[in-house]
Amino acid sequence: MKVIEGLKYAKGHEWVRMEGNRAYIGITDFAQDELGDIVFIELPEVGTDVEVDDILGSIESVKAASDIYAPVSGTVVEVNEELEGSPELVNEEPYESWIAIIEVNDTGELDDLMDADEYEKYCEEEA
Amino acid sequence: MKRTPLYEIHRELGGKIIDFGGWALPVQYTGIIKEHHGVRTCAGLFDVSHMGEILIAGNGAKEYIQKMVTNDISNMVEGRVVYSPMCYENGGTVDDLLIYKLGEERYLLVVNASNTQKDFEWLRDNYHGHDLSIMDVSESYGLLAIQGPASQDILQKLTPEPLENIRFFRFLQDIDVGGVKALVSRTGYTGEDGFEIYVPAHQAVQLWNEILDAGTQEGLVPAGLGARDTLRFEAALPLYGQELTPEITPVEAGLGRFVKPNKGEFMGRDVLAEQMEAGTGRKLVGFEMLDRGIPRTGYRVEADGKDIGFVTSGGMAPTLRKSLGLALIDRSYTDLDTEIFIEMRGRTQKAKVIDTPFY
Repeated sequence: MKVIEGLKYAKGHEWVRMEGNRAYIGITDFAQDELGDIVFIELPEVGTDVEVDDILGSIESVKAASDIYAPVSGTVVEVNEELEGSPELVNEEPYESWIAIIEVNDTGELDDLMDADEYEKYCEEEA
Repeated sequence: MKRTPLYEIHRELGGKIIDFGGWALPVQYTGIIKEHHGVRTCAGLFDVSHMGEILIAGNGAKEYIQKMVTNDISNMVEGRVVYSPMCYENGGTVDDLLIYKLGEERYLLVVNASNTQKDFEWLRDNYHGHDLSIMDVSESYGLLAIQGPASQDILQKLTPEPLENIRFFRFLQDIDVGGVKALVSRTGYTGEDGFEIYVPAHQAVQLWNEILDAGTQEGLVPAGLGARDTLRFEAALPLYGQELTPEITPVEAGLGRFVKPNKGEFMGRDVLAEQMEAGTGRKLVGFEMLDRGIPRTGYRVEADGKDIGFVTSGGMAPTLRKSLGLALIDRSYTDLDTEIFIEMRGRTQKAKVIDTPFY
């Protein structure tokens, strides 16, 4: 399982990469491995306002469907449309395959998320 | 969780073990889609030792089985396999199973793992007046399935018996396969050619290894329950618990060709004969999504603004690369190309009825 330093992690196995006040959101290597072959991604609509833990979209593997939750509050300003046609990219490169970008209202919310070490421990407990 | 004789092998091969109706079995080794394609293009090896085996033997065996299953076994000769649903008096399905005629008045019923106990009790509770014995012999068998176009070439390396002589739904027993005495049938659950191989439980590991070694060059892959499900789904083969349940009759599920009302009395005959005569209010159909989304078991189906039924199985079909499903719906909407709507995750998505099997 790969965990990347410098990212923030949510309990729902989403990762967050900040660039200014833009939060890139994806799902972690642990999450993609648990899901197995991903065959479908439902992206949010650009312009949607979300609160922490709102459903941002969904991701479906051969086996199951699961929701993606917003790890931070803000406005969806961009979505990665490439994933609609090639959802398997999330399996192949989970940390490159961002799903949406949220313009964050309050960067203080990031303190509630886990860092790489904490997330690694969290996964060990879940496994 | 219960373990098959191959449990340690699955772990060594990196299988992702899940709880499948109380059995610890691999859902996948490398990936469901990869294993699925492996079976379609070459061959896959499955551990299906969790399946139940019930032996019915004695003077009344044939007559009794005729009474309990919907298909007709009266003309079966030794070495034949017959598929049949088994029903309650009300036509609902107890299980669907394979019947192997091992000898005169000696039959092996191969049943779904999760139904083994239920089936055994159902058969035991109804056999009074028949001179026979019913035994749950599941634990004494290991069961492997090799499925895919290269199956015969691979398996032939391990046995002197010419496998081409085993035609579809036939079997040979007590033949030598990889140094193990086995029963080999040309049967399967993938929509491909292939064999199922029954061996004594303690020799299952040996045979597994022999087959994997023999097939490595051709590209044989170990395959898990995930691929087993996507393969059977593309072939539109029913899965007990989804297409068939105590609330669904085989006629509703489109399996009328395995129900023989003219063979004489049997459990469920009155209801099933009536359904075949008059048609059923709901029918199982295949459908393809026109809008985006993946249908899943249990999703509701609508048309003309009303609820018309539910999805029994669905998914992204790996070979066809389409989002497909099977649904049990009101018969007024079952013509090909009829538009229906699937309620999925808060949205109503358009689909159309298509022909089955998909593959």
